[in-house]
Amino acid sequence: MIRVQEADFDLGAELAKLTAGNNKIGGLAVFVGLVRDRAGDKAIGAMTLEHYPGMTEKMLARIEAEANQRWPLDASLIIHRVGRLEPGEQIVLVAAASAHRQAAFDACQFLIDWLKTKAPFWKLEETGAGAKWVDARDSDTQATERWRAPKKDMAE
Amino acid sequence: MKLLYFAWLKSKTGVAEEDVTPPPEVTTVAELLIWLRGRGPGHAEALADLDAIKVAVNQEYAQAGDPVRPSDEVALFPPVTGG
Repeated sequence: MIRVQEADFDLGAELAKLTAGNNKIGGLAVFVGLVRDRAGDKAIGAMTLEHYPGMTEKMLARIEAEANQRWPLDASLIIHRVGRLEPGEQIVLVAAASAHRQAAFDACQFLIDWLKTKAPFWKLEETGAGAKWVDARDSDTQATERWRAPKKDMAE
Repeated sequence: MKLLYFAWLKSKTGVAEEDVTPPPEVTTVAELLIWLRGRGPGHAEALADLDAIKVAVNQEYAQAGDPVRPSDEVALFPPVTGG
């Protein structure tokens, strides 16, 4: 399931709902992204998340489908917030549930790595010196690269 | 053709979206971006470095040589920074 929303989300409630009634699940891996109060040496007052309505949902659904194809998942969830967020607030939640922990851990990491380089979101940081669009990071691209080959090929 | 601009491409061009009618010789993503530079100083500045721009045609990532057609929705944006 994927959702793009301005509203905050209740982590506990979301995870409870995700696994409710499915007792095949033995492990649930979760990543939650938060707004940091610093970027390098600059203090961040707030951050505004922009997205491309339509394409964003399409890409998130595709990323989730890809994770489900690569790992035996019993449940998965991506929630990404948009709009103005302040330090400490939750930005993103990805979760993957499976019978065993390895698939859950790997799928969770894959979901956030792919999301960061493929889903059309952009961050505008507000600092004392004004607002600035965040530059993409090479380390995010590298994190995505290691998932390039399907899992079964990587094992060969 | 419907164009959408996001993040600093929106601030530099000064438009979030616009309808354009490129001449018939504009048939690829790269040709469209170069033609768009002529729409004004904001566009020229925003489109100065084509390597800094990602393009989606009908909500699918596209490469420089991919075709564009009058009925397409073409979005221009910087590399994504969500998550």
